[in-house]
Amino acid sequence: MSTTQSTSPPAGTEPPADDLCQPEYAEVAREVRPAPPRYRNEIGKFSIRRASNCAACGRCAEVCAHGVHVHPKGYRSIIRPFDYRCTGFGCAETGRYCVAACPQQALSLAENPAFETLGDYRWTPDLLVSTWAMAETGRLPPKHLESEVGASGGGFDCLRFRFPPSPPADLRREDISTRLVLNRRNDSRPKITIEVPWYGGGMSFGSTNIRVLLGKARVAKAFHGFTCTGEGGYPDRFIPYKDHVITQVATGLFGVREETIQRARIVEFKYAQGAKPGLGGHLLGDKNTPSVAAMRETVVGVSLFSPFPFHSVYSVEDHKKHLDWIAHVNPQALLSAKVSTPVDVDMVAVGVYYAGGHIVHLDGSYGGTGAAPNIAKKNIAMPIEYAIGRVHQFLVAEGIRDQITVIASGGIRTPSDVVKAIALGADGCVIGTAELVALGCIRCGACESGRGCARGIATTDDQLLEMVSVEWCTQRLVNMYTAWQQRVVDLLYRLGLDSIASLRARTDLLRHLDYEDAN
Amino acid sequence: MPAKYVIHSTPAAPRLRPVGKLGIVDWREDCSSCHNCVKRACVYGLYRDEADALRSEIGYLDYIYQCKGCLNCVQNCTKNILTRVVNPEYRRLGDAYYTPDIILSTWFQAESGRIPVSGSGYGGPFSGPGFDSMWTDMSEIVRPTRDGIHGREYISTSVDIGRKLPYLAFADGQLRSAPPPLVEIPFPVIFDLIPEHWQRGQVVAAVARAAADIGTLAVLRERDIRDIGPGIAQERRHIVPLLEPVNAMVHLGGRSSPLVMIPDDRDVMAVQASLKKENADSVVAIRVQASPAAGQRVLQLARHGAEVIHLVFDSHGLEAPHRPPLAGKGDSPHLCEAPSGPFRQMGTVPFCAPPVTHHPPPVRHARDVLRDVHGTLVKQGIRDEVTLIASGGIALAEHVAKAIICGADLVAIDVPLMLALECRLCGECQRGELCPIALEEIGAEYGARRIVNLMAAWHQQLIEVLGAMGIREIRRLRGETGRAMFFEDLERETFGRLFGRRKTS
Repeated sequence: MSTTQSTSPPAGTEPPADDLCQPEYAEVAREVRPAPPRYRNEIGKFSIRRASNCAACGRCAEVCAHGVHVHPKGYRSIIRPFDYRCTGFGCAETGRYCVAACPQQALSLAENPAFETLGDYRWTPDLLVSTWAMAETGRLPPKHLESEVGASGGGFDCLRFRFPPSPPADLRREDISTRLVLNRRNDSRPKITIEVPWYGGGMSFGSTNIRVLLGKARVAKAFHGFTCTGEGGYPDRFIPYKDHVITQVATGLFGVREETIQRARIVEFKYAQGAKPGLGGHLLGDKNTPSVAAMRETVVGVSLFSPFPFHSVYSVEDHKKHLDWIAHVNPQALLSAKVSTPVDVDMVAVGVYYAGGHIVHLDGSYGGTGAAPNIAKKNIAMPIEYAIGRVHQFLVAEGIRDQITVIASGGIRTPSDVVKAIALGADGCVIGTAELVALGCIRCGACESGRGCARGIATTDDQLLEMVSVEWCTQRLVNMYTAWQQRVVDLLYRLGLDSIASLRARTDLLRHLDYEDAN
Repeated sequence: MPAKYVIHSTPAAPRLRPVGKLGIVDWREDCSSCHNCVKRACVYGLYRDEADALRSEIGYLDYIYQCKGCLNCVQNCTKNILTRVVNPEYRRLGDAYYTPDIILSTWFQAESGRIPVSGSGYGGPFSGPGFDSMWTDMSEIVRPTRDGIHGREYISTSVDIGRKLPYLAFADGQLRSAPPPLVEIPFPVIFDLIPEHWQRGQVVAAVARAAADIGTLAVLRERDIRDIGPGIAQERRHIVPLLEPVNAMVHLGGRSSPLVMIPDDRDVMAVQASLKKENADSVVAIRVQASPAAGQRVLQLARHGAEVIHLVFDSHGLEAPHRPPLAGKGDSPHLCEAPSGPFRQMGTVPFCAPPVTHHPPPVRHARDVLRDVHGTLVKQGIRDEVTLIASGGIALAEHVAKAIICGADLVAIDVPLMLALECRLCGECQRGELCPIALEEIGAEYGARRIVNLMAAWHQQLIEVLGAMGIREIRRLRGETGRAMFFEDLERETFGRLFGRRKTS
């Protein structure tokens, strides 16, 4: 399961592409290791200033329980406070309050003004910072951060769990299963099972840094899960991880070839994307670099549009024709259809089943994107919280619920969201933005402009690519996945369930703050 | 093939330093002037550009406006002396409805003519009041009724303004009905009367010119038309004179205007009749204050032959809580009865008595009033006979589509036009103070360019949502609530089923 440090490239460097195709690079350590932030001044909720009268006595380093103050052995000075780890004024109650302990009174604690400028209603500053904490440590975030809900005032943010007074006496955390079966049809295709009830969403080569994409592929391998190519083609560097990479077929058909279909264990048709349903895809010209253009077989610098819809699909029958095509090209692949959430999403899901799909992937309207008109992100199609229940109920009524896997995405930010989505009726989730946040995304929304993401995540700019390494991305994601799995297990334990599968559609375990039945 | 309707935009830089959302603050006394200053490494080159701009003293450039907030400088500074703050000036922009985000977005569109595009997902509240509590639908793979979108360039945004016959009469194989006049505009947005406090310098002229440039209409008072002066000839056919007082039958603009507007009044149909007598080719629009009685009033007017009804909401899209007490003694609901005949007798139409209630209903948003009015007309079978214009609370392109889905044929706007001219909605002008942005100094051509840019961006956004909905003609969107989802419906069907009654419904 794990590999040694010596077989992995050193952090910060990247071996040639040919090397990455060698088997040893395909091995990924799943163990949690510290993955410190890549910025010198990581942002936390609080800031601590050390005045010049500090005598470097080291008292602060002795009392702090959170690693804010570090006094390396053999050094006279204390390292500048890692104040993003500070848990704030509540520390004063613990007796381990550095500000009070400092004999020189050289320390001062204040709220960090930059913290309040982070995020938005959906991804609050607390959610961003708590995701960073999980990605760094592999542990659940500190309690002073609200790490479960955002401030959008609806949907997941208003749902809470109904925990029974106590879990069953014979239930043990280590026995709880988070495994998710992706093929529920009784057909000849493999019964693929993934270890955690989520996998990575599609991000195209062209929209996102290849190192980030490789990090996603590597964590998918580590957790026996999946990531997805998006519609930008299938870079050769994915080949070592091919068993964990979904080939996406979207309307632009970029990089869709027989070999990329045959290589994949799951092939996904993308009919629409939650953030911009009905609009197709759009890669702005600045991000269409020579390598991207080569992959997509286009001209450098030209904006690339993926039309909407598939002009060969105007009915379920047309859709079935598409799936049949894939099924014949790759007789072992599971077939997935990614659709958005229109008013008739339940009918769409049934159509996917009757066309032969194994997975229907619902992408809600508040999902992420590399570039979309703001009018589309806000207004088109329904939020995923509504779509899950509708689809589940309809599939139950049709008597086919247990023969298709329902995957929800588009606004899944936390492990709590995953659990809520499954309790509403999904089987599992796809995540995208959360992975990018783990890698330092601050949701500034400038992914599409000029050279792309200034933080080196959603970019194809040669200089900006260098801001992250494959190893660092992998470790941050391994840590985050581990913490998420821990939180999911913890929630299942408190809900008294022994598997994630037994949670599906258990709406009796949820309550909604805006409804009278909430208490 | 008919020419495609395109609004051509031309970049129009702001006259003043715009107000941005995020700013970087540094404590320069702690700066060690290190050789690897993060300001040099700004991905967007803002600090360098700022220094250049300060040297040359040309143009506007301010990283409080242009900073994209990537935090690279803040997080990489060796001495950690930088931080990011939300600009307090930004927070003071606008009001609860015209939020700072809406104002900045409008400025961007007025400057560039481009659609606001961004990465990352939607970051706003789950839903909100008014238009924020509905989502438009889109066509997915199993909708065979999709009406054949093969390219968004073929989507029509044209609308007709005027009355339509309920049926056509033929005799001996010949058409005997005389269709009433219609005004067709290529874009479902007209420019409403600019409130007095904004009528400074060339503002009204800029609005009129912009309307002419894009082929839409601008509502102006007669004296405003006179004020614009000799340059008006070109815009004449794009001006809708608002006639008042109503006895001014012989007016300056009406003779050559395809559409004239009159305020609602108990004698309004008589006024309409006399205007039609004077110029049969002119369409008359009646301006009605949105109120709890609006549904009945619109029905009343439509039955009496009104051609166009302009429902006026306040700037936040709300109806008036109580209708002005115009109803005379003895007016009673029976007067709302429709006269007979395809063309009804025109004359006095007293107001319906307002609904008697001890508990006044909550003030409704245009979203609900329009659905009510539209539904009332549909039930009476006369919806297609009258054109409904909605104004007030149309702050974004999405509101145009949503107002039309709720039942309007088209919308009229005023505040967004002023935002395009860089207004901050500070309210100084309403208090009789000097305008901080010197609105009176704006040239007509420059102002028109900013407004045209805004409309170009709105037009493109309309095309986006129409394309997503699979609708190729905006006329077909009117009242098409099947292409929308409403918050209360989704909540009831999803969570109501699970959790009972909603507390805050």
